[in-house]
Amino acid sequence: MSDHKEIDQATGTDTTGHEWDGIKELNTPLPRWWLWTFYGTVIWAFAYMVAYPAWPMLTEATAGVLGYSSRGEVAEEIDRFRAMNAPLDEGIVNAELTEIAAHPELGPYAINGGAAVFRTYCAQCHGSGAAGAKGYPNLLDDDWLWGGDIEAIHTTIAHGIRNEQDPDARFSEMPAFDDQLSDEEIAAVVQHVLSLSGAEHDAAAATAGAEVFADNCAACHGDGGEGNIDLGAPTLSDAIWLYGGSPETIEETVRYSRAGVMPPWTGRLTEAQIRQVAVYVHGLGGGE
Amino acid sequence: MALIDKHKHVERNATLLFVLSFLVVTVGGIVEITPLFYLENTIEKVEGVRPYSPLEMEGRNIYIREGCYTCHSQMIRPMRDEVERYGHYSLAAESMYDHPFQWGSKRTGPDLARVGGRYSNEWHVDHLMAPQSVVPESVMPQYAFLMEKRIEPEFIADVLETNRTVGVPYTDEMIAEAKADFRAQANPDADTDALLERYPGAVVANFDGQPELTEMDALIAYLQVLGTMVDFSTFTPDASR
Repeated sequence: MSDHKEIDQATGTDTTGHEWDGIKELNTPLPRWWLWTFYGTVIWAFAYMVAYPAWPMLTEATAGVLGYSSRGEVAEEIDRFRAMNAPLDEGIVNAELTEIAAHPELGPYAINGGAAVFRTYCAQCHGSGAAGAKGYPNLLDDDWLWGGDIEAIHTTIAHGIRNEQDPDARFSEMPAFDDQLSDEEIAAVVQHVLSLSGAEHDAAAATAGAEVFADNCAACHGDGGEGNIDLGAPTLSDAIWLYGGSPETIEETVRYSRAGVMPPWTGRLTEAQIRQVAVYVHGLGGGE
Repeated sequence: MALIDKHKHVERNATLLFVLSFLVVTVGGIVEITPLFYLENTIEKVEGVRPYSPLEMEGRNIYIREGCYTCHSQMIRPMRDEVERYGHYSLAAESMYDHPFQWGSKRTGPDLARVGGRYSNEWHVDHLMAPQSVVPESVMPQYAFLMEKRIEPEFIADVLETNRTVGVPYTDEMIAEAKADFRAQANPDADTDALLERYPGAVVANFDGQPELTEMDALIAYLQVLGTMVDFSTFTPDASR
């Protein structure tokens, strides 16, 4: 190639010496700006290798003079935001639960922070608007299974309900009456339950079911079906139903029982976050 | 200019050109890949990570069969927003017994690397049956058929054995007891001490709420163990890694 030192007449540029059927290739030099940019990137690469982790050695890679690591960076960033919120978070942890919402600084912080926690962790079951779904309680109303004051809500969030992970979880078990009551008794007690909330029912059967109810259900649900928040026994005398208030659904509940589970959030959330979301839920409308 | 003359020789000899370009690419590969096999930070030992129990393994195979990885990743990246939403960032060791790993590359749905324990079994059943019944804005398809597809542990020992050949430390005992463990994990009344001894932290429950053992049981057993093996209250990863 180097033997062919030939200048192209038309452009005055070197040719490469390659020739195909009389067509020759010009050896036009690279534009200067491009060439220097290219050298610049090479120098940059060496600087980068010195500054950041790069060369694999025997047991670990060179650390780089900046001491960067992706884990270190995320830890630092999390710490930075924690530190920024620390005075408010400490305030929330140390404050009386009942006083957070009305506090001029802590209140808005807790409600906004709690709303973010709710959308991330709670909305999948209780709905993004907290209206619940079949089997997942509506948090907007004032019907509470385990109590609706802020302390009770806080305990429920911190420890959950009927889970195996947390020994402090709220626990109660409704028996399945499929084997314990006859079909007639179940049919009668279903009518009696319907009558408690004034739903359409068979009056004769409801009267017959009153005794079955008193013997089997009243201990937890109360004589008039008013419920018991110490046992998580739902109120049966209102029109709010967790699993549905049709005779078929009530019969299913009586026969096979229900046992909703809520996971504990201690550990996954910080105490400050649990308190924030408790304040948020308490403030949704039904808090007592 | 002697080098350029030699280059002419290389360019005109296709076999030589192929061999030399292969060598150049190989050097690149060795430099980038080999260190991952011996550098300490890429093979970090983490306490708690164990092989999947037989039922979890069955669920994992269903997860792969249904292509869950096309919409759900299992890789929490070390970034603040991901850590705040999903939990501690994923460690390489947490997928050391995944063959193949389920990191995924796309999130139409949320990351599932730490979904274990986050929802109740009942929620998973409701959600897999009809995702919109609990999350109205969801675009996830329904997997109600899992509830009807019964499963038997007929080949589960072979599955564990296959995983052993690629390096998952299943013991002879684990393989011998695979069928029993498979059934016991979905039966809260069974004696599960031996199962829990072999697979600490496995969730034992009648996951789908029906007496039969179905694909729903297996898939939920798998989902409930995801990301729960490492106890981050006692384990703090070395931040410089």
